[in-house]
Amino acid sequence: MSDKQIRFPFRGLWEGMWLTLKTMLKPAPVTMYPQVQEEPVPRARGVIALDVEACTVCMLCARECPDWCIYIEGHKEEQPPSKPGGRPRARATLDRFDIDYSLCMYCGICVEVCPFDALFWTPEYEYSEPSITNLLHDMDKLTYWLGTVPEQPKLEKS
Amino acid sequence: MNFWLELIIKLVAILGFVLTGALVVIYAELKAGSHMQGRIGPYYAGGRWGWAQPLADGLKFLQKEDLSPIGADRTVYGFAPYVVMMSTLAVFVVIPFGPDMVGRDLDLGIYFILAISSLSVLGILMAGWSSANKYSLMGGLRAAAQLIAYELPLVLAAAAVVVQAGTMSMNGIVAAQSETWFTVAGIDIAMPFLLKGQIISFIIFMIAVVAELSRIPFDMPIAESELTMGYLTEYSGIRFTMFFLGEYASMIAFSAIAATLFLGGYAAPGVPDNLANLVGPGVMLLKIALIVFVIIWIRWTWPRLREDQLQRLAWFWLIPIALANIGVIAIFKVVF
Repeated sequence: MSDKQIRFPFRGLWEGMWLTLKTMLKPAPVTMYPQVQEEPVPRARGVIALDVEACTVCMLCARECPDWCIYIEGHKEEQPPSKPGGRPRARATLDRFDIDYSLCMYCGICVEVCPFDALFWTPEYEYSEPSITNLLHDMDKLTYWLGTVPEQPKLEKS
Repeated sequence: MNFWLELIIKLVAILGFVLTGALVVIYAELKAGSHMQGRIGPYYAGGRWGWAQPLADGLKFLQKEDLSPIGADRTVYGFAPYVVMMSTLAVFVVIPFGPDMVGRDLDLGIYFILAISSLSVLGILMAGWSSANKYSLMGGLRAAAQLIAYELPLVLAAAAVVVQAGTMSMNGIVAAQSETWFTVAGIDIAMPFLLKGQIISFIIFMIAVVAELSRIPFDMPIAESELTMGYLTEYSGIRFTMFFLGEYASMIAFSAIAATLFLGGYAAPGVPDNLANLVGPGVMLLKIALIVFVIIWIRWTWPRLREDQLQRLAWFWLIPIALANIGVIAIFKVVF
């Protein structure tokens, strides 16, 4: 009993009443969304953007995706040798890179796992659709999102 | 005036008041509750402040299909909401909104109210039993246990007021509160019973009222997390609307009773007798609104009790305290 403080009876109840009263009298912290745009933080996970040039069709993202919502198809293209006399190279090229946002759970594993930094989070969030099929974003759309990627934070130095 | 004409006018007035009042209270609950949680609540319905939200909700409920389960006792099942609604409406017969603004000033006013308002337990038990649903049955039984347990403190707290007022008539109780209690510097001061030593009765009465209304923190009969919706589980459409409106109407009814018993009813300081019928309803509405707000406020603040805690509170604390309170008030009444 010694460590128990002597308290006003039912103090918690009265404190709760006071708190709700105060909250009621304060203006509600609400953004009136359709009229007022919410300003997401720069690193918010809104939608995933794709840099087609950086992608090597390695399929790591598609394989690691827990929801299997990434669809990738690609083929190899013959590249001319970079120096005269060199041998021609094969370069993997994307035919299809779709993310189905009706399945995506925004875990970000694809972004983490991409070895060539081809995937980015962007804070855009206005892409809801009346039809669920339109949530399948194709390569063009994912490339469009690339323009909305905020500047990456500077690397930390120890 | 013709008896039937008077009857119809009173019926329409009471029905209109109760139904619009219930809608207003529903709106107040939506809005106040939202703001207490840092939200803004209904906003678009009706153009401004979402004032039409309860109307829209009501219309939505009305056009839903009136389902009844295949194993239900149809007659009892269909009749239960109206028993609850009627017991609430009947309370308004004796609630005075002015010296003459009363459906019927019965000599047994408060007795009538306590008797008729406990009829709603019957409706709830009927609903719970006839729904052919385990959740409904458990909810109905819990409601019965709870309402019976809290009927006692309610009656005892009201009895303390009756002892002090010396009458059971609602008008008489109001009159007892607008009598001069004492005179200071030539000004006659009248006090409501709340300030005449009935504070304990008032607290017990309000706790019992919240429990009778089955509202948080005493909403075990419809505890969503355990019983889906209790005795309301199977109801839909117009019958659910009846229960819903009845709940809010009885909130107004009990607030009106509490306002009459403890806050002086339609009486306000400084109102001359010839204006009492005119000002009275406004004063009464203000007092009702105050108590309704407190009930809403409690609902959005406090957590729910456990079933055994609820019974313990009633039988171990409220009833003994209420009995002792009556004893003390009776002694004071006799001695002074």
